[in-house]
Amino acid sequence: MSIKGKAYIAGIYEHPTRHAPDKSTSQLHAEIAKGALEDAGLTKADIDGYFCAGDAPGGVMAMVDYLGLKVRHFDSTDTGGCSYLVHLGHAAEAIAAGKCSIALITLAGKPRTGPMPPRASGAEADFEAAYGATTHNVYGMCAMRHMHEFGTTSEQLAWIKVAASHHAQYNEHAMLRDVVTVEDVLNSPMISDPLHRMDCCVVTDGGGGLIVTTEAIAKSLKKPLVRMIGHGEALKGPRGGKDLNLTYSAGVWSGPRAFEEAGVTPKDIKYASIYDSFTITVLMQLEDLGFCKKGEGGKFVADGNLISGVGKLPFNTDGGGLCSNHPVNRGGMTKIIEAVRQLRGQAHPKVQVPNCDLAIAHGTGGLLGVRHAASTCILERV
Amino acid sequence: MAEAKKYPAPQGNPETTPFWEAAKQGKLLIKRCTACGEAHYFPRSICPFCFSDKTVWEESSGEGEIYTFSLMRKSATGPYAIGYVTLKEGPSLQTNFVDCDMASLKIGQKVKVVFRPTEGAPLPFFTVA
Repeated sequence: MSIKGKAYIAGIYEHPTRHAPDKSTSQLHAEIAKGALEDAGLTKADIDGYFCAGDAPGGVMAMVDYLGLKVRHFDSTDTGGCSYLVHLGHAAEAIAAGKCSIALITLAGKPRTGPMPPRASGAEADFEAAYGATTHNVYGMCAMRHMHEFGTTSEQLAWIKVAASHHAQYNEHAMLRDVVTVEDVLNSPMISDPLHRMDCCVVTDGGGGLIVTTEAIAKSLKKPLVRMIGHGEALKGPRGGKDLNLTYSAGVWSGPRAFEEAGVTPKDIKYASIYDSFTITVLMQLEDLGFCKKGEGGKFVADGNLISGVGKLPFNTDGGGLCSNHPVNRGGMTKIIEAVRQLRGQAHPKVQVPNCDLAIAHGTGGLLGVRHAASTCILERV
Repeated sequence: MAEAKKYPAPQGNPETTPFWEAAKQGKLLIKRCTACGEAHYFPRSICPFCFSDKTVWEESSGEGEIYTFSLMRKSATGPYAIGYVTLKEGPSLQTNFVDCDMASLKIGQKVKVVFRPTEGAPLPFFTVA
């Protein structure tokens, strides 16, 4: 059994806020649910499936009660920033299996104006917690090793931020709208070697949501038809210290699974949403997904190759997490939303990819250099 | 010089008690599976490779080399160098590099274990050999 063509993304909503001191996190989830339903042309009573992750206050039981939902299917898988890419895959499975017909997925939070939900830890805690692993230094360790093995440079990484900034200038909601240069990135303060401040994503309040539904319901609505044709997910960790290799991610497994199910290859992809928690995250994912060979990511991203209308692989045309939005430090949701905008032909005209009928939305979650998940979704305009 | 950084005390549990007891003696223990022969870290009672329960404690030489590292500059308690060390015995582990020039660390550099106190059992760190 396959999810290919079985589930349609009928509603998307990205909360315009980047700073929400006057709202609660649950409230943001509700505003997002409302926005996604309005976009789809559906109502709350239509929802029979709900998906949320660790950002949702109280988890799925509290959220379903708070929102006043009545669902027959739910999933609260939490794999950090890629949870929503996992949820999209799981929602497609549930719809294909007839477990629900209209699924809501929400993400929201306020890391700028409130406490962050704690990161879950397991048996490793006593053996790792004291060493101060943060996102910055863990992704820094990945970049350091990538540079060591493949000769990747800070200039090449900087091109990823440059491309994101070229796109963000057209996004009125983007947190950072100034176009930056490679020199700007290299001259920004070093945060955790070799990552500079501009190699890091923004921190924003906000969130986003999706409505996923069946073919029949999607065709009864007024939106352009965008459907899931492939999904893959995978997990990776040091596994007893034997498998430590920070030059690749679980994307080497989630990507091929998604491409195989979809029956397409990286060459066919017209637009790519790639989770950009840091510049190195993008570079590694592009290699792992097969857009270029392992070790050649630096060459691939340089010279504007990711800029829409300039390069071969337009990416994160909303400005991504590096410039626009990274709600709750979880970037998977906004990746899906911009991919759907591209497939609907509703991206900003300055960054819209002509005749965009095939897109990928991909991300990792957790800590890339420690334990993480990856999820890859291939989306098609019908 | 900033005030000495305080590290959280390991909580311990029945599965890992021998590790922390050995740490108090300045010994770094790893686990080895006598069924498949593979060593692993952090310690588990069941081998993460072959799933055998025939795992035994083994004292590591405490010597290894830097697999990767990053010097974290943004920290309330001052810069620190996080990294992974690949032990001579095979497994790699996460740690911090201490008592050395953090700015001149290199991938492949030889390092050795040093223990730092906590309010409970001491924790393994690494310094340049």
